[in-house]
Amino acid sequence: MTDVMASRSAAGPEPEVTPGEDSGGRRTSPTRGQASRRGQLAAWAFLAPFMAAFLLFVIWPLIHGIVLSLTDQSLTGAGGSFIGFENYSEALSEPVMWSSIGNTVWFTVITTVPLVLLALIMALLVNTGLPGQWLWRLSFFMPFLLASTVISQIWVWIFNPEIGAANEILSAVGLEPIAWLQTANVDLISIAIATIWWTVGFNFLLYLAALQNIPDLQYEAAAVDGAGRWRQLFSITIPQLGPVTGVILVLQMLASLKLFDQAYQMMEGGSSETSRPIVQYIFEAGFVGYRFGYASAISYIFFVLILIVGIFQMVVLRHRKADS
Amino acid sequence: MSSTVTATRTDAAPVDVAEVDVTNVRRTNRLPGEKPLGIARVLAFAALAFMALLWLLPVLWAIITSFKTEADAASGGLDLIGPSGFTTQAFEAILSQGNVYIWALNSLWTSAVITLITVTISALAAYAFSRLDFKGSRWIFLAIIASIIVPPQALIIPLYYQMLTFNMVDTYWGLILPQIVMAPIIFILKKFFDAVPVELEDAARVDGAGRLRVFFSVVLPLSRPILGAVSIFVFIQAWNNFLWPFLIINDTTLMTLPVGLQTVLSAYGVQYSQVMAQAVLAALPLVVVFLFYQRQIVKGVATTGFGGQ
Repeated sequence: MTDVMASRSAAGPEPEVTPGEDSGGRRTSPTRGQASRRGQLAAWAFLAPFMAAFLLFVIWPLIHGIVLSLTDQSLTGAGGSFIGFENYSEALSEPVMWSSIGNTVWFTVITTVPLVLLALIMALLVNTGLPGQWLWRLSFFMPFLLASTVISQIWVWIFNPEIGAANEILSAVGLEPIAWLQTANVDLISIAIATIWWTVGFNFLLYLAALQNIPDLQYEAAAVDGAGRWRQLFSITIPQLGPVTGVILVLQMLASLKLFDQAYQMMEGGSSETSRPIVQYIFEAGFVGYRFGYASAISYIFFVLILIVGIFQMVVLRHRKADS
Repeated sequence: MSSTVTATRTDAAPVDVAEVDVTNVRRTNRLPGEKPLGIARVLAFAALAFMALLWLLPVLWAIITSFKTEADAASGGLDLIGPSGFTTQAFEAILSQGNVYIWALNSLWTSAVITLITVTISALAAYAFSRLDFKGSRWIFLAIIASIIVPPQALIIPLYYQMLTFNMVDTYWGLILPQIVMAPIIFILKKFFDAVPVELEDAARVDGAGRLRVFFSVVLPLSRPILGAVSIFVFIQAWNNFLWPFLIINDTTLMTLPVGLQTVLSAYGVQYSQVMAQAVLAALPLVVVFLFYQRQIVKGVATTGFGGQ
């Protein structure tokens, strides 16, 4: 860990070697000022492979998706005639579309808060330097390495109403067993529990890295001034974690909105009214219903949802930054 | 939980040099005997151990179940060893089923190819953005960064359509190509290249080396740690990707491990020990990789996570 952090800070950008970032984005380089034709060619030679892939697999589908969404194109190749905004108006008047958006947003709410708070608590505890560092890191982070298939299998087993551990534990403390994945409204919470267990390690590592980047000098200075541990936590640690918390929040909400893999697998492809996420609705419309045009329209509604959340967060984060 | 944290902080002795040192311990990984064993530390340790156990139990339980007979597994219970004792039947059943090897191999080589291509083209582009002056550099870079917000899940329909027209449905290329664009990687690598002193490259250029040569013989060797970190991260993502491989591959012999395992799941029905044996086998490669490359992975997550900043 020690040398990781050391090399990380060594690799980090130092202001004095990133000249000209503010002067219109131009960078000091030997070719500076003589942006010759040869220089331009060289730059494009470096750029070409990535740009080809970027245009082909991001920009083109992005544009083509809009075109598709305005047609009645089917997966089988039939259709394809222009039908205007019919797909959109159909989607917006479809209750299943709205319930799948509702489920997705609800899932994002119930996963984001615990995924940030638990990660913070884990990182703070591990960062106290208690023995067994590798074991703590391994326990919290390892689930993140598992494929969604694997975690789904494990949690379907845990949530099994007859023989699963979840109900064994409930009965051990004298509670009634629950059919976790088969009960409306409980199913999405079960998926959320599995997801929190699965992905908290990523946020935990981000927090841990951020904690270890806080200069010891600050704690030493605070200690000299007579600040206790509790005071140090709130006056140094938590404020210093502000930026990384912002990053974690953004990444976490965007990740939760994309829910599909574990929901699809834990529900074994069967989608309940209270657990079907929007990505699954896209999948069902396109690959089960064969309606590519309609599925594209939902994709764009999903994309707009992501954009709204993204812009909202940017505004909030900007605002918070301006305040401090 | 929060009460234990509180205890950790408030019960700590008034400030003295030893106390201040406790915050430093995280860098030195001291042994427990080396510092005072306060009640706060004991409580923090208990909290940590409890959470770690909570996080480890599902995996441990899956491993235990995979070594039970089917009858024992199906009868439930939290006992470590079932009445019929320890057995490797479940693993033998899974491994005797030929496709698992093919899927593992498919996962391995397609993830490796995705990693190789992604990191290569991203490093080249990142270098251009960091060092080379060209028209529109700033705008193109902004467009790439902005694309981070586009969820791949929103592109599956047009991408699939594209693969249909290219005749790449049910091919390795159809599986690999759409996964090679990862905008955050460019951002991270550009930040790294920005920090490499220009003087190092100038020296080589004075000696008459061309751009490409400078890149391969000066910049890339310097970037080995960050390239390693980024590669591991891309590899994990590719290895675990489910949705795209699930959509694009129908041929059982072309499937990756996660997709293949998902398809046979229904065939096993309620064969719990076999399902868990499958899970254990599928998880094993990455856990081994993690144990070997813990430091790089931690660093990879730290840097890639900060990429959003």
